[in-house]
Amino acid sequence: MKKVEAIIRTSRFEVIHQCIAALGVKFLTFYEVKGMGLEHAKIEKYRGVAYEPAFIPRTKLEIVVTEELVEPVINCILKEGRTGQIGDGKIFVTDVLEAYRVRNDDKGADAL
Amino acid sequence: MNQELFTVNNVWMMVATILVFIMHLGFASLEAGLTRAKNTVNILFKNTIIPAMGLLTYAFVGFNLMYPGEAFTGGFFGLSGLGLSLPEGWDTFNYNEGYTFFTDFIFQAMFAATAATIVSGAVAERIKLGPFIIFSTLYVAICYPIVGMWKWGGGFLDSLSTPFYDFAGSTIVHSVGGWGALVGAYLLGPRIGKYTDKGMKAIPGHNIPMAVIGVFLLWFGWFGFNGGSVLTADPGTVSKVFVTTSIAGAAGAFGALLFSYIKFKSYDITMVLNGILAGLVGITAGADLMGVGESAIIGFVGGSLVVFAVVFFDKVKIDDPVGAISVHLVGGIWGTLAVGLFGDLAGFSQVMSQLIGIGAVGVFCVIFSFVVFYAMKKTVGIRVHEQEEVEGLDINEHSMRAYPDFATKE
Repeated sequence: MKKVEAIIRTSRFEVIHQCIAALGVKFLTFYEVKGMGLEHAKIEKYRGVAYEPAFIPRTKLEIVVTEELVEPVINCILKEGRTGQIGDGKIFVTDVLEAYRVRNDDKGADAL
Repeated sequence: MNQELFTVNNVWMMVATILVFIMHLGFASLEAGLTRAKNTVNILFKNTIIPAMGLLTYAFVGFNLMYPGEAFTGGFFGLSGLGLSLPEGWDTFNYNEGYTFFTDFIFQAMFAATAATIVSGAVAERIKLGPFIIFSTLYVAICYPIVGMWKWGGGFLDSLSTPFYDFAGSTIVHSVGGWGALVGAYLLGPRIGKYTDKGMKAIPGHNIPMAVIGVFLLWFGWFGFNGGSVLTADPGTVSKVFVTTSIAGAAGAFGALLFSYIKFKSYDITMVLNGILAGLVGITAGADLMGVGESAIIGFVGGSLVVFAVVFFDKVKIDDPVGAISVHLVGGIWGTLAVGLFGDLAGFSQVMSQLIGIGAVGVFCVIFSFVVFYAMKKTVGIRVHEQEEVEGLDINEHSMRAYPDFATKE
């Protein structure tokens, strides 16, 4: 099992999710995040004072999948998440030692 | 005078009273919208307590200070007792052709607290609650009615050879609030982080929709503020005042839009909202004297002045989170002066009388506010601790948050 963590554009979430769901992945977590990167946030102005917001909002995906699904999931994110502009995001892959289903005693791939 | 006409007049005055009442919600929404989420309970608390306090103090002493009776004609100060005592024939047109004694009282009482509400916006996000309530109470109970008496109670401004003119209170209500706001904001100092070595920092308001609702409620209420100040339901004058008021507010929006775009290169809705209010404040002194074109000029200039005033007060580091000083003080002075420049009373002697009124009210209000604020600053203190200001007044002064489910820790 591996964990795929991806920072993506919030506007690309729908299509990425559709692509991943089509692979048969039923379990994923996502949340709104803020951070910094190569991109500069759009300048905001308030009562004559221009300023650059300190953070850029993005969506973070967290998906734990079996080995054979890792490549397809990553391909979904690369394909559907790409606009070619600075700020498309990043993907991180890590090993997962074990998984359990809380409802019963399912372990490993069965728990996903 | 027949009974039907008296009833119609009186009903209109009561409707106008209700309209002025809703302006307090307008102030509350606007000020909450243009300040940060961590201070929302605090600003709403102040805007809730002020009208409550205003009604009580006006019943106890304000009304009698403001309208002490003919014995004090031409004077600076008069008091006709404490509490409300019904005069003979209070509910007939013998009291007044437009209203009963109680209608008279409640319409005036709704006006009273607006002066203190103006102050609350300028001192927002850093003033201690207790000292603010003490200041507001003294200001509404004593300062506002004394100034009001000078004109509306038959005092010395009304007895000048060319009487000072202020139809619904550009000076007597709005500038009174504006002067208090100026002194309060000056003595408090700016919010932490507003003016830094690297220049001015934006501290954006947390809820623009709320600010918009607030300004529309204020505009809505202004039909009663100015329309009710006709003091009868006279169709010609009331309808004229509706038109001059609306035109000035509309022109104020465009004045602020034009100059904020030229200066900032952005369509800043908060400036347009301030512009509408400055247009409305501007027309208030002469709403019954102006033609449509003159109302548009007064409103447009008022809305334009707001942009320059906001920039100016930031330059001298007087931090006014909602633009109350620019709207109510600058707009009020402009509107009062405009009575001498445009409309039915325009003329040199009127300009002089208007200047006397603006000056007299300014000197009195500045001294009064300074003494009260300064005395508290040197004793109990008027500003919250740095840590409280950074964390927010809501959690520190009220142990509460306006949006508990969305709270982020600073």
